Amino acid sequence: MGDLLRYAPILLTGAFVTVALALASLALATLLGALGAAGKLARRPLWRRLAMAYTTLVRGVPDIVLMLLVYFGGQRLLNALLAAVGAGAVDLPPFLAGVISIGFLYGAYLTETFRGAYLAVPRGQADAGRALGLHPVAVLWAVMLPQVVRFALPGYANVWQVLVKSTAVVSVIGLEDLVGRANDVGKTLREPFLFLLVVLAVYLLITWVSTLALERLERRAARGIAHAR
Amino acid sequence: MRVDLVLANWPLFARGVWITLELTAVAIAVGFLIALPAGLARARRVPWVAPALGAYVYLFRGTPLLVQTFLIYYGLAQFGWIRASWAWELLRNPWWCAAIAFSLNSGAYATEILRGAFETTPRGELEAAEALGLHPRMVTWLVLVPSALRRALPQYGNEVVFMLHGSAVASIITIQDILGAGRTLNAKYYLAYEGFVTAALLYMAITFLLVLIFRRLEARYLRHLTVAR
Repeated sequence: MGDLLRYAPILLTGAFVTVALALASLALATLLGALGAAGKLARRPLWRRLAMAYTTLVRGVPDIVLMLLVYFGGQRLLNALLAAVGAGAVDLPPFLAGVISIGFLYGAYLTETFRGAYLAVPRGQADAGRALGLHPVAVLWAVMLPQVVRFALPGYANVWQVLVKSTAVVSVIGLEDLVGRANDVGKTLREPFLFLLVVLAVYLLITWVSTLALERLERRAARGIAHAR
Repeated sequence: MRVDLVLANWPLFARGVWITLELTAVAIAVGFLIALPAGLARARRVPWVAPALGAYVYLFRGTPLLVQTFLIYYGLAQFGWIRASWAWELLRNPWWCAAIAFSLNSGAYATEILRGAFETTPRGELEAAEALGLHPRMVTWLVLVPSALRRALPQYGNEVVFMLHGSAVASIITIQDILGAGRTLNAKYYLAYEGFVTAALLYMAITFLLVLIFRRLEARYLRHLTVAR
């Protein structure tokens, strides 16, 4: 127990890295998910095919494989590109590699979530907006978006919970996240079970807190809607 | 891309594919054996048992598979009495640790899938069986279980793919599965991405094969539920 207290600051720093990584990845995934959904709903077959290729390829590969590919392969690719334009080599920081791979991966899942939510909004809503003479951007922003958010939130919440757990894998590319630090400290002190148990508890805490927050968001997005119950 | 090196090392990848399939199959099979009684107990809200299983499900679904695997492989070695017991023969072996962790993980996810399928069984099906004078045990095994298993099939397909991808965690505890083979190839020839690209392609091929198999199974076993168009 004394060891736990003594090493609490180290674990806390690790937990901070985990949460920061998860939030940054979620932001990238949301952006890619929105682009992917726009692609899948686009009229041009080219965009549809690109979006289709993105979701199909990404969902066929485990997260660790994608992460190692981005970290080691992306590093080589980046330096090859930089060398081609005559610039010097740079190091791809593990944190950035983590954000890129996790964001890229879960962007594919969010593509499906957003596409489904967009299609769930009744057609008449956009028609009514246009009939009122609203600018197409206003139709998208003021009429569709609030309703898409409402339909997308449950799926978004699911993806977030899976994404958080996925961050554990970044310790493989040497990022000092919660898992990496707890594993190091636990091995050094010969108390690996104790420290890994703390990691489990922290993940459960993150999931629990985000469930509460997401439920509030869902209620907020659904305000003004009559429920059957 | 040095395809020649990948091809020259094909036995490495063949063995990797075998180990990945073996671990996934063991996890899914043992997970099912856990989930069938556990899902039934959860659906029937058996006192004491159902809440205990609820805690098991919450713990394993709320935390990363990587940490669960670390806890069994690195964590259990902390205790002298475990190292002195007969179980140590298994627990010092990474393959067994991965098999145990993956099975418990898959069991938790499958428990929830089956619980949902049991709970959504139409009451009329069970009442009809009772009206025919079937013994309660026969109602369970001849009506409830087959009906629920069929309806659980689509989600079970997702779980199998999820476990296949999750099994890449095994390579982190030194197992030579598909990703392990990719890492070995990279390390052997100082390559940046060839091993990972090969691993990604292999995982993708197996994923599509599994999706295809489950689509076939669904077409066969859910035929009675498809809507005529």
